Amino acid sequence: MSAQGLTGPGLRLDRLPRRRRVNRLMEGLAWLAAAIAIAILGVVVFSVAQKGASELNLNLLTKPPIQFSLTNAPQGLANAFAGTLVIVGLATAMALPVGILVAVYLNEFAPASIRNGVSMALDILNGVPAIVIGIFVFGLLVVGSGQSGLKGAFALSCLMLPLVARATMEVLALVPNSLREAGLGLGVPQWRTTLSIVLPQTVGGIVTGTVLAVARVAGETAPLLFTSSLVGTQTSWNPYHALQTVPVAIFELSESPDPADHARAWAAALVLLVFILIASLAGRWLATRSRTKMLAR
Amino acid sequence: MTALDLTDATRRPFTGRRVRFGDVALQVVAGAAAAAATVLVGLIIWKVIDGARPAISHYGLHFVWRIAWNPVLGREVYGAGSFLFGTAITSLFALCLAAPLAMGIALFLSELAPRGVRAPVTALVETLAAVPSVVIGLWGILVLGPALRTNIESWLHSAFGFIPLFGDPSQAGASIFTAIIVLTIMILPIVSSISRELFLGVPPELKEGALALGTTRWEMVRGVVFPYARGGIAAALILGLGRAVGEAIAVTQVIGGGVFIHANLFGGGDTLASKIAASYQGSSTNLQTASLVYLGLILLVFSLLANISAQLIVRRVARRHGITRGGHA
Repeated sequence: MSAQGLTGPGLRLDRLPRRRRVNRLMEGLAWLAAAIAIAILGVVVFSVAQKGASELNLNLLTKPPIQFSLTNAPQGLANAFAGTLVIVGLATAMALPVGILVAVYLNEFAPASIRNGVSMALDILNGVPAIVIGIFVFGLLVVGSGQSGLKGAFALSCLMLPLVARATMEVLALVPNSLREAGLGLGVPQWRTTLSIVLPQTVGGIVTGTVLAVARVAGETAPLLFTSSLVGTQTSWNPYHALQTVPVAIFELSESPDPADHARAWAAALVLLVFILIASLAGRWLATRSRTKMLAR
Repeated sequence: MTALDLTDATRRPFTGRRVRFGDVALQVVAGAAAAAATVLVGLIIWKVIDGARPAISHYGLHFVWRIAWNPVLGREVYGAGSFLFGTAITSLFALCLAAPLAMGIALFLSELAPRGVRAPVTALVETLAAVPSVVIGLWGILVLGPALRTNIESWLHSAFGFIPLFGDPSQAGASIFTAIIVLTIMILPIVSSISRELFLGVPPELKEGALALGTTRWEMVRGVVFPYARGGIAAALILGLGRAVGEAIAVTQVIGGGVFIHANLFGGGDTLASKIAASYQGSSTNLQTASLVYLGLILLVFSLLANISAQLIVRRVARRHGITRGGHA
């Protein structure tokens, strides 16, 4: 390994004051970079909170939007909130069991070559841009038969799958082999050892991974544009219809020239952001807790 | 896996059977799930190629370079040229801005931050990654764009207007420049958190060795940390680039749209991803739909290349460090 900084005249003692100044400058820049990152987060969150708070009321959650509103009748985004609940719920229901099974197979059964291959596929899936997932599901399911909430949920579950599988694999790897050996040594078949001894140890980690995955996809717009976006204003819970969602609603309202639409977009963004920040902070907290618990054992 | 060997050794004396139904069932079901996840990747690739086929057969590879997007019936002509240009200029500029910032953040978090500051700042930086792109885009178009236009763009234009990059400021704040800043914000957390983990993985004895030779902290970073993490940093930057290239929503909101190539950063444009997202309300002809999917195919090919090369780099680095570090691993 080369070590350019450590050779040549770099370490001369008579240059020490200069070297110290450079060091201080670089340390200062690193502090500044961290401060900039936090400032950006602060400014974004502050803007959303400030602009969203004024329009934030119960109407936003309970009243549907009104097309071509001529009066000042209260309107909200009830259809979007209902749709997001349905679609994210269905996406979780699709991705969670498959993700856990993938992780169980890779960690408990698969030979190393298959494990490498499938985890590479998961990484690739994780790297496919969300908009490409959207046109994939559009081509696979939407062309010919139209959009629906279910198809949107499938698109989101493609994004969740690698996240859930990866999180489950990480905790499965932490389960001590002595537990598996104890089960098998008592004559418990491998499938029961896996399902009733190994998997219960990982519940905390799986919950964490799921919470983080939900936080990630609840704000996704791109996969839903082509799968569940052409909707009316009425509130619907039926996943066989195209459903409005919060991110798509924010996207559409932000493109509108009407300041009243912007106000509702900010309010919806505030609700979404608060939900996602709470979910991801809770996820991080759960992750630290379950990891310390598992490592302490 | 030792568990497998053990079952083979233990179950035979007790059951007398070689194969248990439950074991086979679980293995088959879980294996099917793993196969499905792998097939899904193939299905995505096939379906995107399939959807783009009319445009591929109509235009061939020439589509990639042609600068045109005219959906008027009878005079239809499509090409990805200007979107490729928009993608390249936004994501490369964003990477150039994000890379030094991310290195600074990662160094701060791995080397400098006082004990009590480290965990909360790490959490905050990762929280930035959790902010949905549509919210960043909303902020970008309504707050950041106008602010950049009145403060930064007009100043850069009056001070450096002779450089073609800094042309006339945008009308409403929607411009390539705004898109670059938004993308910088969006890839900053991913590049910095990967780099931070890389820096934390540098063996402490190497760092201590350098410090013991009398280096300053910065010289230690330059001489030990950067060379050790070089491959990983390259992988992190490639992943950040892939993220910037694939980001659709926030860019669509702030970039302004348009089919042209110009040097002015303050003008409008479109990237591959933003053009697709902007066209979601439907297209008039099959050829237009296929051309949009063709744009997606270009994106997909790029993201596959970026991901696979980043992974290969990571694996190669892991192997090399595994050898050089010997017993410490």
